[in-house]
Amino acid sequence: MDYRFNPEDEEFRKEVKAWLAKTFPEDEAPLKMETIEDRVNAYRSTQKKLFDAGYAGIRYDKKYGGRGGTMIEEIIVAEELAPYGATHGYGLNAIGMGMAGPVLNTQGTEEQKLQFLPKLLDGTHIWCQGFSEPNSGSDLASVSTRAVREGDHYVVNGQKIWTSSAHIADYCMLLVRTNPDVPKHKGLSYLLMDMTLPGVDVRLVKQLTDESEFCEVFLDDVKIPANMLVGEEDKGWGIALTTLMFERVMGDLNTANAFMREFHRILEMAKDVKRSGKPVLENAMIRQKLAQAYIELMVLKYNGFRGLSEVVQGGVPGPQGSIGKIIWSELHQRMSELALDIEGPYNQLMKDSAINMDDGFWQYTFLRAKGNTIEAGSAEILRNIVGERVLGLPKDMARAALKERS
Amino acid sequence: MDISFNEDQVEIRNQARRFFENECPIEYVREMFEDERGFTDEIWAKMAEMGWMALRIPEEYDGIGLGLTDLCVVLEEMGRALSTGPYFSTVVLAAEALIEAGNDAQKQAYLPKISTGETRGTLALFEPDSGPDPGYIQMEASSEGDGFVLNGTKLFVLDAHTADFMVCAARTEAGDDPAQGVTLFLVDTKAEGVSITPLVTMDRTRKQCEVKFGGVKVSKDDVLGEVDKGWGPLLKVLQKAQIALGADSVGGAQKAMEIAVEYANIRHQFNQPIGAFQAIKHQCANMLVDVEGARSLFYYTTWAMEEEEPTTASIAASAIKAFAADAYRNVTTSGVQVLGGIGCTWEHDMHFYLKRAKFNQVTLGDSAYHREEVMRLLGV
Repeated sequence: MDYRFNPEDEEFRKEVKAWLAKTFPEDEAPLKMETIEDRVNAYRSTQKKLFDAGYAGIRYDKKYGGRGGTMIEEIIVAEELAPYGATHGYGLNAIGMGMAGPVLNTQGTEEQKLQFLPKLLDGTHIWCQGFSEPNSGSDLASVSTRAVREGDHYVVNGQKIWTSSAHIADYCMLLVRTNPDVPKHKGLSYLLMDMTLPGVDVRLVKQLTDESEFCEVFLDDVKIPANMLVGEEDKGWGIALTTLMFERVMGDLNTANAFMREFHRILEMAKDVKRSGKPVLENAMIRQKLAQAYIELMVLKYNGFRGLSEVVQGGVPGPQGSIGKIIWSELHQRMSELALDIEGPYNQLMKDSAINMDDGFWQYTFLRAKGNTIEAGSAEILRNIVGERVLGLPKDMARAALKERS
Repeated sequence: MDISFNEDQVEIRNQARRFFENECPIEYVREMFEDERGFTDEIWAKMAEMGWMALRIPEEYDGIGLGLTDLCVVLEEMGRALSTGPYFSTVVLAAEALIEAGNDAQKQAYLPKISTGETRGTLALFEPDSGPDPGYIQMEASSEGDGFVLNGTKLFVLDAHTADFMVCAARTEAGDDPAQGVTLFLVDTKAEGVSITPLVTMDRTRKQCEVKFGGVKVSKDDVLGEVDKGWGPLLKVLQKAQIALGADSVGGAQKAMEIAVEYANIRHQFNQPIGAFQAIKHQCANMLVDVEGARSLFYYTTWAMEEEEPTTASIAASAIKAFAADAYRNVTTSGVQVLGGIGCTWEHDMHFYLKRAKFNQVTLGDSAYHREEVMRLLGV
């Protein structure tokens, strides 16, 4: 057992720390609600600074604008960036950093890598992911958006939904059906779509948070150049899977860092907010919930470390990935609700109220976290995955019958 | 960074797994569950031969001098096997107290004999009014001549009825701050004035006793560590014991999950294995989330205890105590549900795991106590 990083890695940490302190003198920026424009600007400017200093795209090759470094170095940068919270762009461009980049880096053509990776890493491009459709949610492999090859283009028709940040995205990782005559998993392909192409129509969906971040994306005879295909035609389903196993590890650790920052803010709030004239922090029930959240944050972090260790030792991450998602999504819901419990009657005040707490951050977070157990694999689908692939339990009869037919 | 057991630890684990499968199968556990003593001399001697009593004892006292993680490897297997007998009380509580606080003469007197399995010990800590708080120590030790006299009652003392000696925490100065005025004493269980009554308990894989001290005389040579300053070393012992219970919980929860999953795979209703129903499958998935989460925290904690600074290590020790025992409770509670009717019978083994989980939750400070400890250690 050894949880320490190498001395060279710790040297690197010092270097990163010093650079961050110099580059972002306003340490510990308060959590606050920001407009989408603010977030985009903050993301682009931070990412550009990271890129120029050689701290963006740690694991990417230098010729694609990366550092040619290690996963441990990436963890270190993420850990050190965490206290800078909102200025850190991982959240805003999570699809670009967590999905598009890794998929292109491992599966893309040289041309695709040279075209897209530098602009991802320097903050120019924001990505979205066109996966879900009105009739394809958890049963993602049933997507019906159709791509037909015509000459050197694919002509795409269909509709995507729940596409986060599509309205600000430059490119989309689009999952399409290229062959309708084979079992559903076997006829899917991955296309890289320029969001400015004719026929792409993005409409915002107003969410329960009052904000609009999800979108509907209508695709009407969109002509996507054939060289925007990732991997082989009809092999789209398998492409992301292995790559994403690795990315789950980073995702869990980034989440653990971000939530730890939220936790400390909740703790401060419990000191400040009064109930019957006394700090809420004196309430035994609140204290128990705070401690439980802290313990579960430790569980999330060290569970992520186990996955990281497997990667560092040259292996493939185990079941920790799916487990980590189950843990963090439900923990985040409990934590953000705890923040509301602490605020008491103030928890009804939204961001435009003059006397709200933390600028309405917790109202937004509580409501937004409801999506955490739905997006990127619902709590139920993840439990099926874990139950079937890790524990070896049988598929249910209906799904097994479908599988039989395919 | 390498979060895995080394080759030696893997070997220790394999040996332990084989030992319990061959020497202490569930039939033995069932027999010992109903046996007042709780173990046979034969098994105890074999466990000593495996070197497990000596594992953490320094080499100068005839031990092997291994680390906490090595010990936890064995303890996880013991949890898996529902191991009975006074191993936890002797090796984790009494021996660690001697290692932590004992002078050379005391270590010489006890540790070599613990190593060989000749001597068994325990810790007398909790009192009728302690609740789950190990720091609530009110039993009086009054100074008399050049020694002390102990009067009072200790409760939930593990394996006192089969122990040769106890480490007893008592007050040498009135007050309620455990950091002031608590002294540790080595007391012979056969000493005059000591009366030991085994308690009828739920989890009988562990045996607990009431121990009454009626004017028990102890010499100053039997003070373990310094007078009035017993809490510091005792706390370190308790933290290691919390991690040890975490190991036991992880091992037990893992096995209970395996039992439930196996049953969900073979039991058919409505023409399919019940594990195909999401209502059952998701309970099993929750078990895995609990087990893997507890395991991740457990691995970190064994390392943190020896490598991190004291506050961080103490937080980890309380976190694992609460989280792993709660996880064990959750897994075994769902375990009974997945098993259905058979899970409610004596015949099926699941109830032994459920009962052990409830013991692990409440002993040495319950989960609520340790969550409050986490808050205290966070400085709020």
